[in-house]
Amino acid sequence: MKDLILIFISTVLINNFVLYYFLGICPFLGVSGKIESAFGMGVAVIFVMTIANALSWLIYHLVLVKMGLGFLAYLLFILVIAALVQIVEMFIRKFSPPLYRALGIFLPLITVNCAILGATLLMVTKNYNFIQSVVYGFAGGLGFTLIILVMAGIREDLEYADIPSVFKGAAITLVTTGLLALIFMGFSGLISA
Amino acid sequence: MGRQNLMTEFIKGLWKDHPLMRQLLGMCSTLAITTTVINGISMGLGVTFVIVSTSFFVSIIRKIVPPQVRIAVYAAIIATFVTIVDIFFKANFPKISEALGPYVPLIIVNCIVLGRCEAFACKNGIWASVWDGLGMGLGYTWVLIVLGTIRELLGSGTILGKTIMPSVYNPLVVMVLPAGAFLLLGFLLALMNRLEQKKQVS
Repeated sequence: MKDLILIFISTVLINNFVLYYFLGICPFLGVSGKIESAFGMGVAVIFVMTIANALSWLIYHLVLVKMGLGFLAYLLFILVIAALVQIVEMFIRKFSPPLYRALGIFLPLITVNCAILGATLLMVTKNYNFIQSVVYGFAGGLGFTLIILVMAGIREDLEYADIPSVFKGAAITLVTTGLLALIFMGFSGLISA
Repeated sequence: MGRQNLMTEFIKGLWKDHPLMRQLLGMCSTLAITTTVINGISMGLGVTFVIVSTSFFVSIIRKIVPPQVRIAVYAAIIATFVTIVDIFFKANFPKISEALGPYVPLIIVNCIVLGRCEAFACKNGIWASVWDGLGMGLGYTWVLIVLGTIRELLGSGTILGKTIMPSVYNPLVVMVLPAGAFLLLGFLLALMNRLEQKKQVS
């Protein structure tokens, strides 16, 4: 139980997917303009990342490793994610139209969100067991949501700030992210304690 | 297609439609691996190889693949070539492979590769696609090298592992940390905007 809590805290706050592993930067830059859309993207990522990690773990350890087909891992992981996103999309459209409308375009976009594939790859390199992998996926998604929400909040205010014209757009967003990364480094003291 | 046109397809990726600075694609690997110059070079060449080969194959099959399943087909092609690059690095340059870590397999979801398939290779002929891919790949590579040089020089005082800075120089550790990567890329983008503004004024 202790290791699960440790994985959870370190993934959300310290080894955050966006600020530490640089995963999911593209949707992070693209969708963090408004709080509602940032939240939609975040929920979709949590959802898909948790399931993708669970499925990839099963496929990797029960099929690929047993049959010595480890080199097929990347190909299968990306196909699992693509298929999963498609299924999840159909499922949500059928059973929860309001959620479907809220997620909208973000669901298909998730296929090429490197955070999802990154989570499955990192889970393999870290040698997590099944439960740990699921917790890892969930915490990774949560960390992503946290950062993208914080960023959306800052960017909504940035619109009214007087910044040099050359920094407008992506440049100021990256600089702000850099400052956020510095702030989050403060959390790294949490774990060793 | 004439030689002139092939050249324009090639050149545009280097500056005008630069995949990273203009289209903001492929951010993840850019920020993650540019802690040293050598990482930047290897990653850049790996990505270039993947873009060129996938553009080639996507262009060949562009008339056969039904549009509904095209993304999955592209992803499968890309994953195949990325696996080749990964195995190649592991076999020949184990140190680099270790330094790049999960970011080599992550080329699969590098938006530049899929972006070129979707925006260019699926609509254009084989040679145009190859030159376009080569331009985009090399454009990506030079920015990685610039970022890698600045970060390695300021962050550890070396270039390609050789000490450059005088011994009194106290390395700015923040440059090799994630925060430094974000800040540096932000400032580079601003610099590029500035150059572009100047060009428009004059």
